[in-house]
Amino acid sequence: MSRIVETRQLTPVTKMFVLDNRLIAESAQAGQFVMLRVHKDGERIPVTIADYDREAGTITIVVQAVGATTRRVDALDVGDEILDVAGPLGSPIEIPDGGAHVVGVGGGFGAAALLCLMREIHAKGNTATAIVGARNQDLLIMTNELLGVADNVEICTDDGSAGMKGFVTQRLAQLIEGQGPGRPDRVIAIGPMAMMRAIAATTKESGIKTMVSMDPLMVDGTGMCGGCRVIVDGKSQFACIDGPVFDAQLVDFDLAMRRNKAYAEQEKAAAERLACATAEAV
Amino acid sequence: MPVKRFDKTPMPTQVAGMRAHNFLEVNEGYTEDHARFEAERCLRCQDPICVTGCPVGVPIPQFIHAVALGDMQGASRLLRSANPLASVCGRVCAQENQCEARCSLAGRFNPVAIGHLERFVADWERTQTQEAKPQITRTEKVAIIGSGPAGLVCAGELARLGYSVTIYEALHAPGGVLRYGIPEFRLPKDILDWEISLLTDLGVKIECNVIIGRTLSLDQLTTKMGYSAVFIGTGAGLPQFLGIPGENLVGVYSANEYLTRVNLMRGYSADADTPVAHGESVAIVGAGNTAMDAVRTAMRMGASKAMVIYRRSETEMSAREEEYHHAKEEGVEFHWLTNPLEIIDDGNGRVSGLRCQRMVLGEPDKSGRARPVAIPDSEFVIPVDNVVLAIGTTPNPMLTRTTAGLSTTPSGCIVADERTGSTSRSLVFAGGDAVSGAATVILAAGAGKRAASAIHETLNPG
Ligand SMILES: Cc1cc2nc3c(=O)[nH]c(=O)nc-3n(C[C@H](O)[C@H](O)[C@H](O)COP(=O)(O)OP(=O)(O)OC[C@H]3O[C@@H](n4cnc5c(N)ncnc54)[C@H](O)[C@@H]3O)c2cc1C
Ligand SMILES: Cc1cc2nc3c(=O)[nH]c(=O)nc-3n(C[C@H](O)[C@H](O)[C@H](O)COP(=O)(O)OP(=O)(O)OC[C@H]3O[C@@H](n4cnc5c(N)ncnc54)[C@H](O)[C@@H]3O)c2cc1C
Ligand code: SF4
Ligand code: SF4
Ligand code: FES
Repeated sequence: MSRIVETRQLTPVTKMFVLDNRLIAESAQAGQFVMLRVHKDGERIPVTIADYDREAGTITIVVQAVGATTRRVDALDVGDEILDVAGPLGSPIEIPDGGAHVVGVGGGFGAAALLCLMREIHAKGNTATAIVGARNQDLLIMTNELLGVADNVEICTDDGSAGMKGFVTQRLAQLIEGQGPGRPDRVIAIGPMAMMRAIAATTKESGIKTMVSMDPLMVDGTGMCGGCRVIVDGKSQFACIDGPVFDAQLVDFDLAMRRNKAYAEQEKAAAERLACATAEAV
Repeated sequence: MPVKRFDKTPMPTQVAGMRAHNFLEVNEGYTEDHARFEAERCLRCQDPICVTGCPVGVPIPQFIHAVALGDMQGASRLLRSANPLASVCGRVCAQENQCEARCSLAGRFNPVAIGHLERFVADWERTQTQEAKPQITRTEKVAIIGSGPAGLVCAGELARLGYSVTIYEALHAPGGVLRYGIPEFRLPKDILDWEISLLTDLGVKIECNVIIGRTLSLDQLTTKMGYSAVFIGTGAGLPQFLGIPGENLVGVYSANEYLTRVNLMRGYSADADTPVAHGESVAIVGAGNTAMDAVRTAMRMGASKAMVIYRRSETEMSAREEEYHHAKEEGVEFHWLTNPLEIIDDGNGRVSGLRCQRMVLGEPDKSGRARPVAIPDSEFVIPVDNVVLAIGTTPNPMLTRTTAGLSTTPSGCIVADERTGSTSRSLVFAGGDAVSGAATVILAAGAGKRAASAIHETLNPG
């Protein structure tokens, strides 16, 4: 069980939670995730560790309410307990030992995941640049926190309401050409699969090592089911133990995107069931 | 002595037509009359060869004699002294290859139903109030990694010896394969919960959601946390795939994923959130216990056609006899000498069929089993909605990949002494599937038991 000690609504569908969990806080590293379960018949869902505080013994997660389980999480508040939190799972992101310009690109909940990543990149003596994007200013998350940990924060919005008008890929392309904080030595993208695929395409020609954090459907998160398999360089890899971070140029995104829609109908039904149950309870 | 009858007392079961559509236990268990009747069939051999077939040396004639006398208390004490997981083993041991295979009655007649009797005694015990509990009397603490049969048995034995024991389990519920793999209709979770409650009554602590190698390291356990010894029972949970085209289509599962969605995540209940496919026509590749569990689960999840696809023949199949028999009764189709070549895409990334070829048996291979050889031009397609691969598992790598100094074999098994379970690291022991590769419940339980004695001898010699 993990108690929620702080929450913050970031956008209408995205909420931040700080959880009391000393064991995970002490061992977490950037790129890892936890598996959560919120009630006794609930599913196990993977959620990235956005940040950790080893002294306070807390971890921060940011959850986007997209279906039944994430909506149940969304409904929780300070003082509530999360039934099961297991982690940190997955392999930590490999960070250069210093002197490199590492660019993290975050979209959706992925922007939050850049928090501990930027801090670790900077702490190792590298230059840490975050590129975050959203449709408009109101949907941007965690920009203030990122300003506190990254050397540079580049903001993009589709409508130009904050930062540059355009997509994160466009800003990344400009950096590769040498603009702003300059050409990256390495790029790490965390966010929706379509964004990560576009990032892979953006860096392809440049030969810059690019990593993406894959988010396939998971059941256990411990290497036991094989449901999280993604094809990397033609070989089957389990995202929960071999990843979730893989070389962007080697990932089969089409397959990964198709596999994530496997339960679309059942998920929709579950969300509707939850909505009805909530309506009855009101 | 009463007249010896030839046949085993049959196990009362749910009617096949009904049970194929529910998750209630198939075998309903002997009544006391059945049990005493069956117990009378045992010859109480002077040299009970049956015992040599049991990996943990259950005192078979003695406990069966106690049943015959109606002394269930005595029977359960004898049984539990050798096998701390009797209620499970009575249900899932492949008795026909182990104890019962060696029974003196097995040649000309039917062997004594040792497994059914074992189950009867353990179930009787479950209805009794438990005896006074031993206390934690020692200062040494022992950590157990993994809560499958190996870990559970090791924990129980050490707790009975007075050690303070904590089990760390990666998942949210303890039991290992007994929880997520073997279905309710074969091993009700109430039984497993009861076995686990006996351990917690002894003072064993179980910490779920803790992954050793990630949440805590093995070194933290042995240093900062003050454990005097560690037992690793992390199992062989990593599923293998065939490497044929179409394996990543939507609707293709490993048996572990399929069974976990249904068992651990309760996919059979309408209240559970975890989705699972309900294919009309489901093909399971493989013919071991896992395949039988998956195919019988598919029937219960509503498949009108549930099939086993196996490239060898009935003779080479490794499933328990009873499971095979039950599966046939329930209407499972068996396609022997059939090798899957490709899983066919319906055009939208979902499974629509399985392309196979027919095989014949040739010369024996490395494993000593006849090697299947393809028949030219024998390809055909079976239309299916789901494919479940039950073709084996290898050891779970989470701990070994993150722990220095722990020797493993090229296939990822932890190197451990057969007799004591000691590994390349001092005061670290291992057993069960993590050491042997995928094997059986009783072998895992036996390894846990031997490691417990070795840990005791190491910590308190003499
Ligand atoms: C390693 C990893 C890290 C993740 N980190 C976070 C995080 O920090 N914050 C967060 O909000 N979410 C994160 N996710 C995604 C999150 O696990 C899913 O959104 C969640 O499982 C959906 O559950 P649900 O029952 O609410 O929705 P469902 O009803 O299961 O799904 C609703 C919709 O979301 C899509 N979906 C389901 N699972 C995923 C998935 N794994 N990835 C992308 N889309 C999915 C479905 O296709 C469907 O359209 C992560 C996933 C992985 C694998
Ligand atoms: C579907 C199926 C049916 C079977 N049917 C039979 C049968 O009928 N009869 C029979 O005798 N055998 C059967 N078997 C085989 C039998 O279940 C196994 O041999 C036995 O469970 C092995 O026990 P174990 O304790 O070694 O490991 P497991 O039961 O695999 O348990 C290992 C546990 O360790 C946990 N773990 C792994 N890594 C870590 C870590 N780093 N930190 C913390 N915890 C960790 C896992 O989550 C798991 O709970 C079957 C197996 C399957 C899959
Ligand atoms: S533990 Fe298994 S092998 Fe041993 S007597 Fe019991 S059923 Fe037979
Ligand atoms: S070999 Fe058979 S008959 Fe003899 S003691 Fe064992 S169970 Fe009884
Ligand atoms: S989630 Fe089950 S193996 Fe990765």
